[in-house]
Amino acid sequence: MDRRETIKTLVIGGVASGFMLHGCVPVEEKKEEATPQPADNGKGYGRTPEEAARDAELNGKTFFTEHEMATIAVLADIIIPADDTSGSATEAGVPEFIEFIVKDIPEHQVPLRGGLMWLDRESGQRYNKQIVSCSAEERENIVKDIAYPEEVIPELKQGAVFFSRIRNLVATGFYTSQIGIKDLGYVGNTPNVWDGVPQDVLDKHGMAYDEKMLQNSIKPEDRGEIMDWENYNV
Amino acid sequence: MSFQIKEQTKTYDICIVGSGAGGGMAAHVLSEAGFKIALMEAGPHFDPANAEQRTQLRWPWESPRRGAGTVRPFGDFDMAYGGWEIDGEPYTKEQGTEFDWFRSRMLGGRTNHWGRISLRFGPLDFKRKDFDGKGDNWPIGYDDVKPYYDKVDKMIGVFGTRENIPNEPDGYFLPPPKPRLHELYIKKGAQKVGVPMIPSRLSILTKRINNKRGACFFCNQCSRSCSVYGDFSSSSVLVNPAMETGNVDLYVNAMVREVLTNDEGRATGVSYVNKEDLQEYTLKAKVVIMAASACSSARILLNSKSAAHPNGLANSSDLVGKYLHDSTGASRMGLIPSLLDRKRYNEDGVGGMHLYTPWWLNDSKNLGFTRGYHIEYWGGMGMPAYGFGFGMEKMNGQVPGKDGKMKKAGGYGLDFKNDLRRFYGATFGMAGRGESIPRKDNFCEIDQNVVDKYGIPVLKFHYKWSDEERKQAQHMHDTFEEVIHSMGGIALGDRPGAETDYGLENPGRIIHEVGTTRMGDDPKTSVVNRYNQAHDVPNLFVVDGGPFVSQADKNPTWTILALAWRASDYLKEEMKRMNI
Repeated sequence: MDRRETIKTLVIGGVASGFMLHGCVPVEEKKEEATPQPADNGKGYGRTPEEAARDAELNGKTFFTEHEMATIAVLADIIIPADDTSGSATEAGVPEFIEFIVKDIPEHQVPLRGGLMWLDRESGQRYNKQIVSCSAEERENIVKDIAYPEEVIPELKQGAVFFSRIRNLVATGFYTSQIGIKDLGYVGNTPNVWDGVPQDVLDKHGMAYDEKMLQNSIKPEDRGEIMDWENYNV
Repeated sequence: MSFQIKEQTKTYDICIVGSGAGGGMAAHVLSEAGFKIALMEAGPHFDPANAEQRTQLRWPWESPRRGAGTVRPFGDFDMAYGGWEIDGEPYTKEQGTEFDWFRSRMLGGRTNHWGRISLRFGPLDFKRKDFDGKGDNWPIGYDDVKPYYDKVDKMIGVFGTRENIPNEPDGYFLPPPKPRLHELYIKKGAQKVGVPMIPSRLSILTKRINNKRGACFFCNQCSRSCSVYGDFSSSSVLVNPAMETGNVDLYVNAMVREVLTNDEGRATGVSYVNKEDLQEYTLKAKVVIMAASACSSARILLNSKSAAHPNGLANSSDLVGKYLHDSTGASRMGLIPSLLDRKRYNEDGVGGMHLYTPWWLNDSKNLGFTRGYHIEYWGGMGMPAYGFGFGMEKMNGQVPGKDGKMKKAGGYGLDFKNDLRRFYGATFGMAGRGESIPRKDNFCEIDQNVVDKYGIPVLKFHYKWSDEERKQAQHMHDTFEEVIHSMGGIALGDRPGAETDYGLENPGRIIHEVGTTRMGDDPKTSVVNRYNQAHDVPNLFVVDGGPFVSQADKNPTWTILALAWRASDYLKEEMKRMNI
């Protein structure tokens, strides 16, 4: 089947196209042509050859030392620990994401490497050991002094700047992971039929669609129909 | 190996340079009319339905950088091969001036990722000089283009509502989607301060228009290009059907160097570099249509020097590259406290805003600037990507926590995790997109010292904003704050002041650059005539944004499409009459 045929089978319109995208295709069609399938990771994520080569090159390099990675892991789980709803940052692969992103966006490298050194020096001065060897209480004593940038004392300012950066990266790493998206309750990125804000939500917010909006807007059952301009006047 | 230019043996009726909105439309109309066409594209083939290229419905974790904009400026999943900088294809800027040039090297060009905002120019937009004495009028008016807007609406599809607003002409609209929750909040606030919000007008199929393209399934990812062709991309909507006529030969990875001419000065074809074998080729055609984008077309024309055209092709006016202008842009973010801890549901919707604000002050004379802007909006419970959760320390100290008490900005641990959940979907943004006044001294020219990796001389940009645009940006920020306060929101970040031009984006940043081959009736003050035909070279047309005399505050694509169709109809007739 050539691509044009594939497209024809895909564009059956309406809600049905959604089912197609989930891979619910007639049996006589070859599986690889039931495009697109969200779960199909075998083909990468739509890279050009140059982009794929760049990913491979970055993946072949190592930036952080073992000690640095261990420290990042400690910080990541302080920033996003596990709770009843979801796992922790390390369970979501956040340190591995941070290792990749500093190779991808090199301006993170010096601030993070230097920030980790800053932190070990701070814990060394306070407790005579590196962060990874500190107790939970000792780690928290340091973190709480640099986690609130508006209140940080001048001597620890650089620590707070570093902490904001790694907090950003941990938050992003966690909430763009499979665990994080589930935790967040994001339920999109899937074929859908949008018919407006659910009524209970509208009610809760004291909002309503006015007559004009209701009249003009697309009705889900009409989506598969081909538009007829017969009685349409501009 | 000796240097040899390879010649394509076939002579085409028409060679079209560029496969974006203008080139795609010309290819579609003219191939249907039976002309033999060579369609030149500087990038690779692209089809959003090709699983190898598809990014639609991918998850952030499929990208090791979680969709960050390191490789593609608008993120890993954005469907633009290219960006502000392209390896080996530099451009330069005059010191003290700014211009950022976005290029997509792929079939369909930038239409694969654009915002699908499809606004017609209104009657005023073609004749602004009549009202403010600035810039120039177009030689044509709304009534000349209206029939083509109508045809484009029906052929390509655009949703919207008939509103009967004088300078925002209605069209053949598909039904729009219902507004999202944050859009209802913004509308309520905007209304109170006299800022209108109406359903947006996007070329997305909320309903089918033919049996070749699927209806939108509301994934909010038009920027990734739609695999069921539920939105407009030139590649899938125009080039594909053009190819089906059997009249089009598509040359991909073909970087056009210049338009070739004969002794009489008529165009005879093009020369191009094949990026795959890095050899130089020539291709013969009876007519050449430039559609490479405003700046790329200007570059090719300026590089096409000959005895008959010593100043570059179609450039006896010396205006090729001049009057370059982009939309203005400024933006602000806000927080809607009522949306904290909101209930989750799928509110992806279409790929873009469901409501927007058209320019509402055409009758105001004392604003300090004379051209308008529209406002675009974003917000809601979108799919997280790189950047999600950044800057919580700038937000969570601004509103009381669940316990009603203010808390220290920043944090860590379960409290921080809960804040990320709490603030999700509660932020939104507003962006003004305004009309700038085209000026001759904003331009691009050939840099005498620099070539790209194909040996082709590159563009040098000279562009400065004037007070007209700065004051407009200042007004945008006044409006943003008024609306945000009126809706009970909190403006985030700092309001930019005079020292940063009121947050006015660099020229080029809105990617609406037009004007470099402007149209007019007088060959001394314009490059092409009212049918996009070069004054100097009858068998040369330009159908991208180059011929725009001014760009309104409207996104240019719909007008590019309408004018390209109109020019193609004219060309058809002229060829029939043997005038070309």
